[in-house]
Order: sequence, then C-alpha cells, then structure tokens
Amino acid sequence: MKPPRFEYAAPSSVEEALPLLGEAATLLAGGQSLVPMLNLRLARPELVVDINGLAELDYLSDEDGALRIGALTRQATLERSELVAARWPLLRKAARLVGHPQIRTRGTVGGSVAHADPAAELPTALIALGARLQLRSAGGDRSVDASEFFLGPLYTTREPAELLVEVEVPEQPEGAGAGFAEQARTHGDFATAGAAAVVAPDGRAGIALLGAGPTPARAEAAERALAGGAAPHEAAALAAEDVEDEHRSALCTELARRAIEEALR
Amino acid sequence: MRISVEINGQAHEGDVEPRTLLSDFIRHDAGLTGTKVGCEQGVCGACTVQLDGEPVRSCLILAVQANGRSLTTIEGLAGEGGLHPLQRAFHEAHALQCGFCTPGFLMSMEAYLREHPHAERDELRDALAGNLCRCTGYLGIIEAVERAAAELRGEGDGRD
Repeated sequence: MKPPRFEYAAPSSVEEALPLLGEAATLLAGGQSLVPMLNLRLARPELVVDINGLAELDYLSDEDGALRIGALTRQATLERSELVAARWPLLRKAARLVGHPQIRTRGTVGGSVAHADPAAELPTALIALGARLQLRSAGGDRSVDASEFFLGPLYTTREPAELLVEVEVPEQPEGAGAGFAEQARTHGDFATAGAAAVVAPDGRAGIALLGAGPTPARAEAAERALAGGAAPHEAAALAAEDVEDEHRSALCTELARRAIEEALR
Repeated sequence: MRISVEINGQAHEGDVEPRTLLSDFIRHDAGLTGTKVGCEQGVCGACTVQLDGEPVRSCLILAVQANGRSLTTIEGLAGEGGLHPLQRAFHEAHALQCGFCTPGFLMSMEAYLREHPHAERDELRDALAGNLCRCTGYLGIIEAVERAAAELRGEGDGRD
C-alpha cells in the first residue's frame, strides 16, 4: 500500500526542528520502521518531520574515554567504525544483527532507540553497556539511563516535544569482552529473543536481554552472580529466572549463556 | 514538491507529493520499470537500488528524500562492455526463473561484493537474506554470486 497524506517538514538544524515537534508530529530518521508503518497505514501522522538534514547529529566521537554517538548516525556507520570495533565491540556485533545491509544503510542509532521495538538489538546492547541517552526540547536537555528509557513496546519516556540527540556509551573495563546471541527465524529477521553481555576479567558484567519481557532489560541478578564468581551457565539461569513462558525462559537462558561465554573468550 | 534525482547518470525531475515513495518515482516518473515493487514494507528486497552507491530499499524512502542525490538502478548496472559479471553469472547459473526479484538481488550483491570481495559462502548466504526469491530455492543464486565474485576478483569467470 501507499502512505496516507501528511504534511512534511525537513528542518536543517536541531534549532529549526525543535519548534516543529509535538503531539501532531512524527519524526522520520532512517525510516526503516516508520515508512513500513506508513505504507501499511498503521501510522497516520498529521506532520512528518524529516530529520535527515540534521547533519550536526551524525557523528561518532571518543571524548574522555566515552563514545558519543549522534542520534542520526547510520547503523552501517556504527558497524564499519574501527573505533567502535576496538573499544565497544558489542555495538558492532549488535549492529550486524539489525535487519539487512540495505536496512542499515538508512537506519539510524537514534531511530532504533526511540522507536523502541521490543526485538531491537541496539537498545539491548546499549543497556548492557550502561549507555545514557540525551534528549533535547525547547525547554532544555535531559539525560536518561538507557535501562530506564523503555516503558513498553514502541513506548518510551521520550515526550512528543523531545528529540533524542545523542547516545553516550561509557568506557568499558580494561580487557572486557563482548558477546551478542540471538534467535531469529532467518538472518536479519526480527529476533524472538537475544542476549547482550560485556564481561571484564574480574567478573564485572553488563548483561541485557531482549524478548524476556515487553522491553529490553538488564539482568542484574546475572551481573551480580558473575561478579561473585559464578560460572556462565549459573549466571545465565538467573538472567531468565523471571521469564514466565517456559519456551521463552529456556531460550533466554541459553542465549544468555552463549553471550556470556562469547564475552569471556 | 519539485525534485530532481540523478538516476544512472541522468537527471530526472518531477513533481511529487511528500508521501510519494522513491520506488514509485523511479517507476512512474522516471519510467524505469526494472526496479520492482514487491511487499512495500521492507521485507522482500525487490525494490533495492543504490543511493549514492549504497544499497537501500526504495519503498522505504520518500522520493523527496532523494532530491539532489544520485541513484543507480538495474538499468545502470550493465556497462558499455555488456552485462555486468553478476548479470552474466545469474544467467548462466540459472539463478532466476520469473525474474521479478532479480534486479533487487543484483543491486544488493553488487554493493556487497564491492565491500566484501572475498566473502565466504556462509557470509554470502547471510548477505542474501535481505532479498526473497520464491522460484529458485536460492542454490542457483548462491552459485551465481560466487562465480561473479571470483570473476570480479580477477580469478577467471568462476566457470567449471
């Protein structure tokens, strides 16, 4: 099908974009989720605000040890970045599982986070990495922990007048390894479940699951267990202990084990 | 809205609504019907074209977003010397039956092989996952891409 009619605005700076945001506006970043929803007429926005002209939000930089990702950075750019591969390898591993190359050419990091699909890989990886999200509105900036941003499927703490402008990923512990494991029907399809893990040699860990609930979530019990010297399979069992569905619980446990073991290799 | 898009080196202008999809602009305004429209929800890959050299789903981009940009479609793949190695390999390895999905496969794989000239078979299979074919069962397609990759690396044409 074809999209319904909408008004269209293409601001060229964040300053121009902010006054356009609000209840009537839908943000168009990479469009790899929004345009299918428009084509299927699941989304019928009055106004589409196309933020692809906001070049100021397209960057990857290393500042005081932390990685700053502009919200408009393409998933393909994240995947190709040597800086990311060397210091935040979990992000490259997660990016490679996002859709297909044709999707990642357009899809953005900020769009994946703000869209909040419960099967999305990048939000899960960002939670495991302890990332913070920077949101801007006409009233100013606020920063929120990635683990507190997601409220439900396609539902976050972002207000309609807010623009996600940056993702900040802290420096990871020396020698930390990364693993991402997921189960999908075919490569590039939406994942049924997945697990992201960053584990340091001393056991300090960041672990997050997708598919264990309505949003990606940290597996704090598993993190504590690893820090206390537990084996990967013991920590993995704790990661999914609250998942009610038996199949899903088994899947999450196994994927968490694979992710942790990959991180420790 | 008035837009101008360079397609295969030639400027195409048109008046489009904001909601016009790039795939429809390519087919209806520019008249280049080699690009196929399958699912219009980003799953099948039939509408894949290259935007500034990178593969994209043209059904998931608004035509206005391509204003001033450069596109390559299947009509731009063959050079003056005849078929592109991928096109020839698809022909020879029986990598198509009805052919509807073929332009999308070719535009995806041309970009992929440029970036990954030494891809192994498993990697090729993953790279092909973004394009659906309902006729061939994929084996011919995998063989064709391997043949074309060998030829593009300068290792003969990959034929037995």
